[in-house]
Amino acid sequence: MSKVNYGEAIRFGFEFLLENHSDVVLLGQGLWSPWYVGNSMTDLDTKFGKNRVIDTPVSESACTGAAVGASLAGLKAVVIHPRMDFMVLATDPIVNQAAKWSHMLGGQAHPAVTIRAIINRGGEQGAQHSQALHAWYAHIPGLRVVMPSTVQDARDLLIASVLSSDPVLYIDDRWLYDLEDELEEPRDFELTNIRPQVLESGTDITIVGSSYSTQLALKARRLMATKNLSAEVIDLRVLNPLKLQTVECSVLKTGRLLVVDGGWRSCGMGGEILASITERLPLEAWKARPQRVTLPCTPAPTSKPLEELYYPTAERVAEVGISLCKGIALSRESKREIAEITL
Amino acid sequence: MKRNDDLGLLAHPDHFHDAIQIQDFQPERLRQFLRKMILIRLCEEKIGDKIAAKKIACPCHLAIGQEAVAVGLAENLRRDDHIFGTHRSHAQFLSVGGDPYRLFAEVLGRVDGASKGMGGSMHLFDREVGFTGSVPIVGGTVPLAVGAALSAKVQKKDFLGVCFFGDGATEEGVFHESMNLASALKLPVIFVCENNLFSSHLHIDLRQPSNSVARYADAHRINNIVLDGNDVVEVAKKTAPLIDEARANQTPVFIEAVTYRWRGHVGPSEDLDVGVKRGDDLPRWKKRDPIQRLVDGMTARSMLTDEDFRSLKEEIRKEVDETWDRAELSDFPDHSKLYDMVYAKERGDA
Repeated sequence: MSKVNYGEAIRFGFEFLLENHSDVVLLGQGLWSPWYVGNSMTDLDTKFGKNRVIDTPVSESACTGAAVGASLAGLKAVVIHPRMDFMVLATDPIVNQAAKWSHMLGGQAHPAVTIRAIINRGGEQGAQHSQALHAWYAHIPGLRVVMPSTVQDARDLLIASVLSSDPVLYIDDRWLYDLEDELEEPRDFELTNIRPQVLESGTDITIVGSSYSTQLALKARRLMATKNLSAEVIDLRVLNPLKLQTVECSVLKTGRLLVVDGGWRSCGMGGEILASITERLPLEAWKARPQRVTLPCTPAPTSKPLEELYYPTAERVAEVGISLCKGIALSRESKREIAEITL
Repeated sequence: MKRNDDLGLLAHPDHFHDAIQIQDFQPERLRQFLRKMILIRLCEEKIGDKIAAKKIACPCHLAIGQEAVAVGLAENLRRDDHIFGTHRSHAQFLSVGGDPYRLFAEVLGRVDGASKGMGGSMHLFDREVGFTGSVPIVGGTVPLAVGAALSAKVQKKDFLGVCFFGDGATEEGVFHESMNLASALKLPVIFVCENNLFSSHLHIDLRQPSNSVARYADAHRINNIVLDGNDVVEVAKKTAPLIDEARANQTPVFIEAVTYRWRGHVGPSEDLDVGVKRGDDLPRWKKRDPIQRLVDGMTARSMLTDEDFRSLKEEIRKEVDETWDRAELSDFPDHSKLYDMVYAKERGDA
């Protein structure tokens, strides 16, 4: 079986959907241009027709609203935002409309729309070409949020999202596009059955990630193994609604929890996972204080040295993981606290 | 399509007070118009009274005075069309055949409501009659109607996306994006602006350089018409060819219906103290009453007597009273409903 990369896997997902589900349409900016969406939609317009794969005007709000409306009127529409930062302009159709219609209309209307947002950051692109806003959207009841971290999930979570009866925000990250793997045969998937997944098992610590952060966790696991530490890596896959039984069971076993998240610390997914697991487990289950590695609470910088400081690395994740396992308090605040106490 | 950039006499409260021209419309059809408009007015008055009596708590935006727009337009719509409304949608809902009992139950937050008691006045739904939903986010449903029209085009069907909105919505960015998108992709959308000259408390003269919003349709090269929204026959007759054209050729059309609301932005009061000039204008606008003008037109052609009108009104009033009393007896939603409807197939978290 030949290997495909993450971007190609997304494309295979779209191809499967367009071939097998005649009610699927795609719309958004740049769908006829590799410049916007990389290799994730190449030639879909020529293969399936420009009436089903629609390149649109620069109107994030109207195009997203149109996808919601089309989904209320018989289609499974997918609207693509080649850069998540610009999707902020479409917040009303996502947050006020798609996420609310089922509940506020008494369960009679289900906009089965998929909103695909691409995180595209690094490379000195700066504060408005960098954002990973998944936690914002995962806050909203009624809006399912998925973030694939593997090649297989890039395709399969897309299929599950588009076939879901609910609105789904599917978020992929350009930093994952070169990841390669073999793919199983595609089929239909039911999103409500998809749970967080243990990608690598271990006994000393549970590291939870999503999207690119899961790949950082996997690398950190390898680094920790050189110190004879065994980390269990769990990939969240679905950020809303959260189903944390897998994480709960894992932490019961390891007694340690580290969450890696590509968003900001404040009110982020990292905090949400820590709080939820802390609430569920008895005090005696914990061998160390749970920790998170996130972005600092600043906009993304452009200058290279600042950018290197800004984004979490596998080394940083491993360092915190090791400190948790060895019982060493590493954070600057903790060091200061300890210094103050000993004084 | 080019025209003078403002509404002229259509926006002047001292004009268009006379009987409407009933043209070649048959008496039975006109009686249906009259019946629907009276039903809407009496339902709205009932809701207004019940707000004042503190029986209704949810915000209700009444369309008293604006009945002819929805009723005239409904003549040309079908049940498979996707009609989207606004915060002020009771009239639209009733005009296409929505059940007054389900409207009343909804404003009371009861399970028999149009949205099973989960939406209130501003969230109405009845796909059986073509009403796909209403929301209070200004301009929020405009792109949704464009999407419904996209669905028709992709599926090669001839239903329409229809959005009602007020003049205030034309100040939203998404309105312009939606018009452009519908025009660029050639989608069968009916944009219906009920221009009642007010957005909340503020008159259009203080918000826009012209009081006619059809100029935006010109800018997006969308075929459009400006009409007297308080003349039900004119609305029905003049919108018919445009709507037919949208259906046949899959193109958007824009309708600006000039009207005036008799009550305030929200609730039963007349808001005489909040709007510039409103106190002077309201009594004059009431002379452009869409119901009385139809009655006058029919009377002039001997299709209706004063007695007919009186008894029709009484008959409908009785219906409305009974319907309200019945709605008050409907149950509240069960506690489980808070969680049951967040997703299609899965409960929301407590």
